[in-house]
Amino acid sequence: MKPDHPDIQILEEPELGLAERMYLPLFVDGLTTTAKYLVRPKVTTQFPEEHPEIGNPLIYRGVHRLNRDEQGRVKCVACFLCATACPARCIDIVAAPSPWPDRDKYPESFTIDELRCIYCGMCEEACPVDAIELTSLFDLTGRSREEMIFDKEKLLSVYDKTKDSEPMKSASHSTLRVEDRLERG
Amino acid sequence: MTIEHVTVEALIKIVILASGVLAGAAWLVLVERWMAAWIQMRRGPNRVGIPWTNIRLFGLGQPVADGLKFIFKEEFDPAHVSRGIYTLAPIIMLVAALGVFAVVPFGSMIPSLGHWMGTEPIDLMIAPGIDVGIIYVFALSSLAVYGVILGGWASNNKYSLLGGLRSSAQLIAYELPLGLGILGVVLATGSLRLDAIIHAQATTGWWFVFTQPLGFVVFVVAAFAEAGRLPFDLPECEQELVEGYHTEYSGMKLMLFLTAEFIHMMTASVLIAILFLGGWHVWGMTPPEQEIGWGEAILRVAVLFIKTFGVVLFFMLVRWTWPRFRYDQLMALGWKVMIPLGILNLVAVAVLGEISRDQYGMPWGSLVASWGLLMASWLAVAWVAPATTDNRPETTD
Repeated sequence: MKPDHPDIQILEEPELGLAERMYLPLFVDGLTTTAKYLVRPKVTTQFPEEHPEIGNPLIYRGVHRLNRDEQGRVKCVACFLCATACPARCIDIVAAPSPWPDRDKYPESFTIDELRCIYCGMCEEACPVDAIELTSLFDLTGRSREEMIFDKEKLLSVYDKTKDSEPMKSASHSTLRVEDRLERG
Repeated sequence: MTIEHVTVEALIKIVILASGVLAGAAWLVLVERWMAAWIQMRRGPNRVGIPWTNIRLFGLGQPVADGLKFIFKEEFDPAHVSRGIYTLAPIIMLVAALGVFAVVPFGSMIPSLGHWMGTEPIDLMIAPGIDVGIIYVFALSSLAVYGVILGGWASNNKYSLLGGLRSSAQLIAYELPLGLGILGVVLATGSLRLDAIIHAQATTGWWFVFTQPLGFVVFVVAAFAEAGRLPFDLPECEQELVEGYHTEYSGMKLMLFLTAEFIHMMTASVLIAILFLGGWHVWGMTPPEQEIGWGEAILRVAVLFIKTFGVVLFFMLVRWTWPRFRYDQLMALGWKVMIPLGILNLVAVAVLGEISRDQYGMPWGSLVASWGLLMASWLAVAWVAPATTDNRPETTD
């Protein structure tokens, strides 16, 4: 683009008055601003001692959990929708025929690699039975990579730990069959 | 006093002062980081305390941790530097910065310590009675330019060289107004000795900031530029020059550079406090009598330290208040504004001193005249605006 291109609009700088050119009002203005901020209350959260206030835990995307139904069984029906939706491919499910009459399959093993996960929440969106959910736990640490691969028991224990502070997001607690869900649209 | 006594006394003072200045620089870095954090509504370093305990001491252990970190860091010399000069540059810089303190009086003096040190009171200055005090300060503080330009040159890196060039041009440009600002004080005092300058202010009770406001403004602006602090930190210029002349430095050499820069700021603060803010003098608290006891001596030291600390805090507050000048603005301000104002101040001090020489009591007339001069010259600068330049593309219409 040349300087005389018609799309270039040259804005005139506002003319400085004498007071601005004296620099003094700006000088005082700047110093009062910084001095005011110097004594203001600070916004930093002192993390290990203080925990940050999480606005709405229900929409926070932290560590996953696998929900249980009323009978304490894993809610998941091993439909693989979450694993399909996952952009990071961190969910690994091994399905097996269900021992319970109300569903066809259940996950024999269900592992999430928490280090690969990008916490996008697509699994939660995809889940037809609201079995996988993201909690508001954010300070996830471990000493090895293996430790950070969460298996089914670990994910269920996350549910046990968080179910009181963060109730399940689905309104009904009953597990619907995938087919029913699909019929209802 | 024998020559041995003088030597021992000087050595003791050197040890105390050198360690004190270095420790002071370390903890002032902490203060600066606190100020930076607080102004940005953060908390700043507040965790490092006593190791292996949970005692945090508001982060007062941070400078020790930082120092240890620098010591144990790898000192990496790039292959393309000229080794000798590259090593010499930070050393020159630190030595020059530390050497300035030889003639700076910290307070005035303390009473004699007993027989073996003689019966005279002891000056709180490493080299008492040097008649060229201020000239010595200038000679050494302009040596810092060598550290900067040698560091920039030896780094063999175009950004470092640019930083070094900018810095030397800036330091030379601001050396002149700095000297002119001081000349007024020297003219009014009739002495180049810093302790004599303090004493002159203490006896009249009129600090030079009141009688020579224009000189004060010129000196403070020039001191900011000399110390390379924002808004005049062109040599470093993190955003454009990636730290300028010390880009290639690491480890202890980098620490020497950073410490020297910080000591420059401390020197500038001490000089401002001594030359214009009355040194150890406060009305009604520290009378200018020569015979002093211990209480008086300690009070004077405390007053000078508080004043210096206040100026340092001002330096730090300014850093987070103003953006950096553009380089042409910096040069225009130095050559077109500060040097003429410095000369004007010098002439005014001479003329007013000559006129009010025979009058007794308060120099009200010259006081009004000098403040009037400050306002008039400030207005004139704003009116003419030599530092304002238009660098927008010219449109043909």
